[in-house]
Amino acid sequence: MSILVGRDTRLVVQGITGREGEFHTRAAIAYGTKVVAGTRPGKGGQTAIDGTVPIFDTVVEAVNQAGANTSIIYIPANGAPDAVLESVDAGIKTIVCITEGIPALDMIPVVEAVRRAGAQLIGPNCPGVTSPGRAKVGIIPASIHKPGRVGVVSRSGTLTYEAVQAMTDAGLGQSSCVGIGGDPIIGTTFLDVLKLFRDDPETDAIVMIGEIGGSAEEEAAAFAAEHLKGIPMAAFIAGRTAPPGRRMGHAGAIISGGTGTAAEKIAALEAAGVRVADSPTQLPRLLLEAGYRP
Amino acid sequence: MKIQEADAKSLLLAQGLPVSAWEVARDPEAVKAAAQRFFASGAGRVVVKAQVLVGGRGKAGGVKLASTPDEAREVGSRILGMDIKGITVRKVLVGAAAEIVKEYYLGAIVDRASRRIVLMASAEGGVEIEEVARQNPGAIHRASADPELGLLAFQARGLGLAIGLRDPLLNQFVAIAQGLFATMKANDADLVEVNPLAVVAETGADGKPQQRLVCLDAKITLDDSALGRHPGLEALRDLDEEDPTDAQARKLGINFIHLDGTIGCMVNGAGLAMTTMDLVKHFGGEPANFLDVGGGARHETVRGAMELILADPKVRAILVNIFGGITRGDEVAAGLIEARAEQSRRVPMVVRIVGTNAAEAARLLEEARFETAASLDEAAEKAVALAKGAAR
Repeated sequence: MSILVGRDTRLVVQGITGREGEFHTRAAIAYGTKVVAGTRPGKGGQTAIDGTVPIFDTVVEAVNQAGANTSIIYIPANGAPDAVLESVDAGIKTIVCITEGIPALDMIPVVEAVRRAGAQLIGPNCPGVTSPGRAKVGIIPASIHKPGRVGVVSRSGTLTYEAVQAMTDAGLGQSSCVGIGGDPIIGTTFLDVLKLFRDDPETDAIVMIGEIGGSAEEEAAAFAAEHLKGIPMAAFIAGRTAPPGRRMGHAGAIISGGTGTAAEKIAALEAAGVRVADSPTQLPRLLLEAGYRP
Repeated sequence: MKIQEADAKSLLLAQGLPVSAWEVARDPEAVKAAAQRFFASGAGRVVVKAQVLVGGRGKAGGVKLASTPDEAREVGSRILGMDIKGITVRKVLVGAAAEIVKEYYLGAIVDRASRRIVLMASAEGGVEIEEVARQNPGAIHRASADPELGLLAFQARGLGLAIGLRDPLLNQFVAIAQGLFATMKANDADLVEVNPLAVVAETGADGKPQQRLVCLDAKITLDDSALGRHPGLEALRDLDEEDPTDAQARKLGINFIHLDGTIGCMVNGAGLAMTTMDLVKHFGGEPANFLDVGGGARHETVRGAMELILADPKVRAILVNIFGGITRGDEVAAGLIEARAEQSRRVPMVVRIVGTNAAEAARLLEEARFETAASLDEAAEKAVALAKGAAR
């Protein structure tokens, strides 16, 4: 099965004619993802990606005429919140927003509208979701994956690649890899993804990559202690050496008032029985130690 | 972006919040002149407060009272130039000292867990809210603003009642709480804090004593992602308190934070950059910086980043760690080769480039005789060894 994206995904790319949109759409198609439409207001009726993908003016047309059920957004920060809301309005239930640098206050009413519509927004400021061998909706490089049964969830981009590469090198394939994004206000949290992995019959183990700031890792730890008892799990937390009060690249990665430190998160995870790696390269070994047998 | 108290007070004032008059002074004579004006308009004492972007200035001796203009000058001369947590005080705020009856805390934050703006209030004002959260979490009351309707009057009233306020102060509190929310929205702040929000005793226009709520301090952090649409706020950036490399990093469009160690790091992606620092430490070294060159970095960015790293004389070795996704490994390698040819001093370097165009990068680096590493752990270990070797 996999989670969020898979064989049933019919993708519309919002912003397909932009540099990023076009580049990553080509990679998604090459991976086997069903890209059924792109949008670019004013260019409806034209095509993109060498004539293979129809362009529509609106997302609702992409849904009605091309059967899109999932959207990905490669639109600059000033237009991205509107793009998410357009997808929601068109009835799309899985929305992935790659865009970085959206003001936090813009996202507050957007995540609320997504919640009310019963849709799932992944991101913003995230690398997207790949279900290896099935669909790639985002910018995670295709080459690092191997199909399998480990679910990966992460707040980071390139750090996710590092962890996934380590897994693949060790022969541990992945069911789905979800980058939830490094912003303070995001649509999908660790908790949401852990629930999806728990309910996915094709995910047998979980790797979680967190970082300093906020308390999402602590909430995930509490959930794991309660609801993920039989599932082997390993984690890595970035930012052990991060100085307090400074934003470490991601808008959400900041230790404020002594909370949100790596030490607190590691302690919470270990107390919940989750093995925590000193380096992402140790993750495969920790999963095996936790009892995972691929 | 953090802004100074005086600027934060201006933003509160713009939303109609009660803030007492102040002046900013940069030398002792200006402190005296400002104090004279406050005494002339009836102040019994004046307060002189260091303007620095770090907390704990009161404990550090950066806030003092004075009863005469000369004393104000003397206090000012002691605070100006003082070092508070590594920051030199260059300016002070001068104002009439309030007669404080009671102190409260009021703050607005962007709350990640509820994904809303949350207002927090406490009757334990004047101390750090983080301290209250640890010692007595029950003393902090919260109200979560509606994503569309904002902070409603009944919510603000509930907060005021919870911290023990009654009329007429309660009505003032409601206006202040809604004003804090408005300040947050108007400026795209991610934190607006008034601590203390104080009940002060003063003489009313009718000559009778009265009590009133006043914002005695203000702390505001602005959302960096939104600065582009508030051109006026960029002017509030305090360049005096920035590391000189910060402005250079902003120009290059990279994230750079200067630290104390000896191993310069250049990485793509924030999470991986933090991890690289963590591994340097894990293998016994100390990172000299956090540096995220960002996605799709081109060779000019790489050259600029290298200059930033080398500007720190403590750097003894450089660790480059690139996991190419959008970023092309060969572009980074080409940038590194150019940067090394131009670098002002020779510092040993270990380079790890994987992902997109890694094979081309490896060929370029080998031709240029760079020290390389295959894994993240190996790269960190080698960098630590190089830094130790260079120190000997």
